[in-house]
Amino acid sequence: MNINWFKYAAPSSFYPLAGKLIPWFMGLALLLSLLGLYWGFFKTPNVLTHQKEYYRIIFIHVPAVWMGMWLYVMMVFWALVGLVFNTRLSYMFASAIAPTGALFTVIGLWTGAFWGQPSWGTWWDWDPRMTSFLILLFLYIGYMALQSAIDDSRRADKASAILALVGLVMVPVIYWSVNCPNPAECSSLHQESSTQQIEPNIFFAMMVMVLAFWFYAFGVVCMRVRTLILQREKHTQWVQELEEVQHG
Amino acid sequence: MKARQKRFILVGIGVIGVAAASALIISALRGNMNYYLTPTKVMAGEVAEGELFRLGGMVRKGSLKRDTKGLDVEFILTDYKTDVTVRYNGILPDLFKEQQSAVTKGKLGTDHIFYAEEVLAKHDPSYMPPEVKESLHLDKKQSSEAAPAINDKASN
Repeated sequence: MNINWFKYAAPSSFYPLAGKLIPWFMGLALLLSLLGLYWGFFKTPNVLTHQKEYYRIIFIHVPAVWMGMWLYVMMVFWALVGLVFNTRLSYMFASAIAPTGALFTVIGLWTGAFWGQPSWGTWWDWDPRMTSFLILLFLYIGYMALQSAIDDSRRADKASAILALVGLVMVPVIYWSVNCPNPAECSSLHQESSTQQIEPNIFFAMMVMVLAFWFYAFGVVCMRVRTLILQREKHTQWVQELEEVQHG
Repeated sequence: MKARQKRFILVGIGVIGVAAASALIISALRGNMNYYLTPTKVMAGEVAEGELFRLGGMVRKGSLKRDTKGLDVEFILTDYKTDVTVRYNGILPDLFKEQQSAVTKGKLGTDHIFYAEEVLAKHDPSYMPPEVKESLHLDKKQSSEAAPAINDKASN
């Protein structure tokens, strides 16, 4: 089979494709989050061994934190593809992912604080997990700041791609900060992650929310990429011939 | 060599460098980045007198005493080798339970009692309703007694 992988790397062919995909992504995100929240609120136990109703914040917290980390990896991936192949669209993807990743990171920190206050006894503490996750937020902010500080978008893309790559060191550290093989060597306030000790309905609702957040991220990143295409390619003929450009 | 291949190699070196840096950070943080000290370390004299530090451990079963008039509490933190008595004046967090981990911040007195300014509960990774957890608990109780650890993993 001979597929032209680079066909949709051209902004002119990606733009209409993304336009068609966005409603599907957003629709799926909405349906899945309705299902996930319904399951999370009504099909799960009300009281856990040590926690009361407020444990349900994990249906937002855990997926948001995961997205914060995964989107960073995705952002670095597209930035590196941009560095190697010099494709405009991959840089646009990288810069379109950053705000969503930062948003999920903020949601993760915020919901964590809400949960931490009643259960741990504090909103915030400089424990390894929380500290490394806060650094991830700063990396997102640094990436966006560097990109907007350089006027020439090609130079901005390259410089921020390298910054993003350097920041990638934090992702294994975040993972390790709670999943350290020997707890005597590295201790944190945050519990380690486990998929075995979670009640199946809670796990199901959590995974549905993860999917919902992924589709939301796909949708919103596609929207942002479309905007970036219009901004950066505004002098090309195909953009000027677009219906929405001519009538807008 | 094409320019694209050159860039690919450069980026590859960059990724390997970042992975190496990450591994170095993790190995450097090991042992140094202890968020809290264990009772054994504290009683072995690893902290100077009057120093503010965090002490973490399991709350010993039956050790929690509450003052009937005020908010004074006293409990024992243990790592199954050494016990430290902790005194605290304040409200304990929701997840603070006997046989669960807790992290306290404070100073060690000359009487070898730890005077805590802050008590935080450490949570285990279990999200199970009580009945289910009980049945799991009974199954694994023997193994957890054989190999006690400060971490909550052992109590599940």
